[in-house]
Amino acid sequence: MADIINFTIDGKECVAEKGTLILQAAQENDIYIPTLCNYEGVKPQGSCRICTIKTNGQFVTACTTPVADGMEIENNTEEINDLRKSIIELLFVEGNHFCPACEMSGDCELQALAYRFQMMVPRFTFQFPKREIDARNPKILMDSNRCIRCKRCIRAIKDEKERSIFAFHGRGRNIEVHIDPDLGSKLTDELAERSVTICPVGAILPREKGFRTPIGQRKFDHEPIGSEYKY
Amino acid sequence: MENNTVHSAIRKYNQDKTRLMDILIEIQDNENHISDDAVRIISEKLGLSIVDVEQTISFYHFLSKESLGKYTIYLNNSVISNMKGRQIVAETFENEAGCKFGEVTEDGIIGLFDTACIGMSDQEPAALINGSVFIHLTSFRVKKIVRDMRAGKDVKKMHTSYLGDGQNKSEYLNSVVRNNIMRMGPVLSDDYNPGTIIMKNLAQLTPEQVIEEIKTSNIRGRGGAGFPTGLKWEFCRKAKGDKKYVLCNADEGEPGTFKDRVILTERPKLLFEGMVIAGYSIGATEGILYLRYEYKYLKHYLENILEEAREKNLLGKDIGGIKGFNFDIRIQLGAGAYICGEESALIESAEGKRGEPRDRPPFPVEKGYNDCPTVVNNVETLCSVVKIMLNGGEWYSSLGTRESTGTKILSISGDCRYPGIYEVEWGLSINEMLDMVGATDIQAVQVGGPSGSLIGPEEFDRILCYSDLATGGSLMIFNNKRYLLKDVVLNFTEFFIEESCGSCVPCRSMTPLLKQKLEKILNGNGVANDLEDLPKWGELMKINRCGLGHTAANPILTSLKNFRHLYEEKLERGKEYETGFNLEQAVSESCEATKRVPDF
Repeated sequence: MADIINFTIDGKECVAEKGTLILQAAQENDIYIPTLCNYEGVKPQGSCRICTIKTNGQFVTACTTPVADGMEIENNTEEINDLRKSIIELLFVEGNHFCPACEMSGDCELQALAYRFQMMVPRFTFQFPKREIDARNPKILMDSNRCIRCKRCIRAIKDEKERSIFAFHGRGRNIEVHIDPDLGSKLTDELAERSVTICPVGAILPREKGFRTPIGQRKFDHEPIGSEYKY
Repeated sequence: MENNTVHSAIRKYNQDKTRLMDILIEIQDNENHISDDAVRIISEKLGLSIVDVEQTISFYHFLSKESLGKYTIYLNNSVISNMKGRQIVAETFENEAGCKFGEVTEDGIIGLFDTACIGMSDQEPAALINGSVFIHLTSFRVKKIVRDMRAGKDVKKMHTSYLGDGQNKSEYLNSVVRNNIMRMGPVLSDDYNPGTIIMKNLAQLTPEQVIEEIKTSNIRGRGGAGFPTGLKWEFCRKAKGDKKYVLCNADEGEPGTFKDRVILTERPKLLFEGMVIAGYSIGATEGILYLRYEYKYLKHYLENILEEAREKNLLGKDIGGIKGFNFDIRIQLGAGAYICGEESALIESAEGKRGEPRDRPPFPVEKGYNDCPTVVNNVETLCSVVKIMLNGGEWYSSLGTRESTGTKILSISGDCRYPGIYEVEWGLSINEMLDMVGATDIQAVQVGGPSGSLIGPEEFDRILCYSDLATGGSLMIFNNKRYLLKDVVLNFTEFFIEESCGSCVPCRSMTPLLKQKLEKILNGNGVANDLEDLPKWGELMKINRCGLGHTAANPILTSLKNFRHLYEEKLERGKEYETGFNLEQAVSESCEATKRVPDF
């Protein structure tokens, strides 16, 4: 039998198997920790930093750090929630996110988090960067304006030889996601669909299929993101 | 022609995708760029996709898909370079060459580019031209250089001065670089015959005993982070793994630091001996010296020294007569990325990938290079280790302070009479340091490079040590004439923006916002609220993944703390709020397009 360890999140007693990542351990104890770059089944990488929690005075990402016996975790606190809200605001100002005109509105995780964290107007200055739309691919449309550089598509979508179909280009604030000219043009329907599904925002859209789910029936139309968790 | 270079580079590195960096660098150096064809061939041969090869190319400053000119000039744009007269040098380059920085001349002969600190802060303004270092540039000198280029001269034959001191003038280096060793201590001293420890002492000691000695010395990592070296080695020794690695971090990228360049020039045998000792202690068979691209001019020289060491049985099989102790060292070049000085990013880069820091745990001592247990140590740390083994851990711990034992090699530059490197015991105060280098009328000292702090005279009695002013050794001195916020703080902030890997949201997006706020204040549009926002916004940086992200706001945050009056002087008085928004500028593009001038 696996080792069971005890820990607390915001004072609530929790248990988990040894070696479990904090995020999963929290979810098993019905506690919500917001995520954005994380996706079930894809190796976590802790780049959006939104799942940041505090333990022993240190900030760590819940999606990459294993829970330890006796760990005291701060999650739903004023300090941490404001840091998380800041990240959401940063993402809104660094790109061009016009929700009313976006095909993914209602299904978008960034938008849903902004509602959950009650973002009204970002405290930061909008950057309105000039970004490209790549419509060369026959199956998907890539809109860099909405891309939040979460790397989900990069990490999850590979061809049968494990080669990357999506990859970063550049570094720093100029970083972009590019699609491979060769492998991209041969994208199977299945991988095209998966890349659309895996994108948390509206940066990868299917071609020739608009508004497949009517507004009002979308994922976050009725309940905030994370509502499946009690705490 | 070009395809030959590509194919031979791929063959040379056995079509190994973990050697992608080497392949790309070889092509870049031979062809001035990496073409679409080259990318396609590499991707086919290495089993990578095209975007995969391109994501590595586009990460590194010195790799490019566009041609960078037959002569590629990288002129340092660091704070120190600017202080020493970069502007007139840059203008002369532009005028003489006939193109702007960031461009290549129409005939494809000369390319002008900016680059971050190239480790020559004691001899600025300096530039790298096709890998060769040019120091002490003036507009007079630049005119001659450009004439030489037009005449098709080999860069190595363009020098007009004597070669540098010490090994710089050896036949393998032929470099004009100066060492400027102003003060030697036990680590830099030249009274040791390298190889002695390996030949005479190592066989009598178990790896555990070596580690014990290092622990007794209490030495901590000299790169800046200060992790206890003995403990790091012990963790790695105990970690499970068939193969282990010693990586030496010679990616000396912190602006203002150049001590590793001098060690690599004058004491490379000491360094390689330190790597062998580390290899013996942790049970490694391979060492890698990760050398920053800016120091590529040292590569051939260092490889020659490695070859000599192999001949003397200081590397290779059964080293020093110790049966079964096999260890060898290879050199891995970087390609221009400050972040690769962070140990996990360095490992990623050495594996041929983008230098993005890894999540920890696991730490490199458990899962490092090629997922094997790895120690990553700074150049200076590994040199110090040899002297610890020579004189004992007790001796070493008697130097410095109780908490920060031993000596530290400082790279000192800026407004002082004698810039250069100084080996001092930990515990030196800033006042003593300023006396040592002949610096008077000083406004501020940047301790620990841009990632450290900017301090003023009221704190000059503080001392260099891990518990007070910790530093990897970069000390930049600014006199009372310097415009700190614009010339120093803004430059450092731009450096961090340029060097962020872009992975973490706060590092990627917050640093540019802080810079905008600083510019707003410098432009005279700042209000009291802006000074409240800066530290509040800066708080977010502490949740980034790596050290770069944690410290990228430090230039602004520490100067705001220690030089608040400089900010306050620039504020608009009595105003609660000011957007800093310039309507005329905002609509200028539209005005241009419509050929209309608005009546505001």
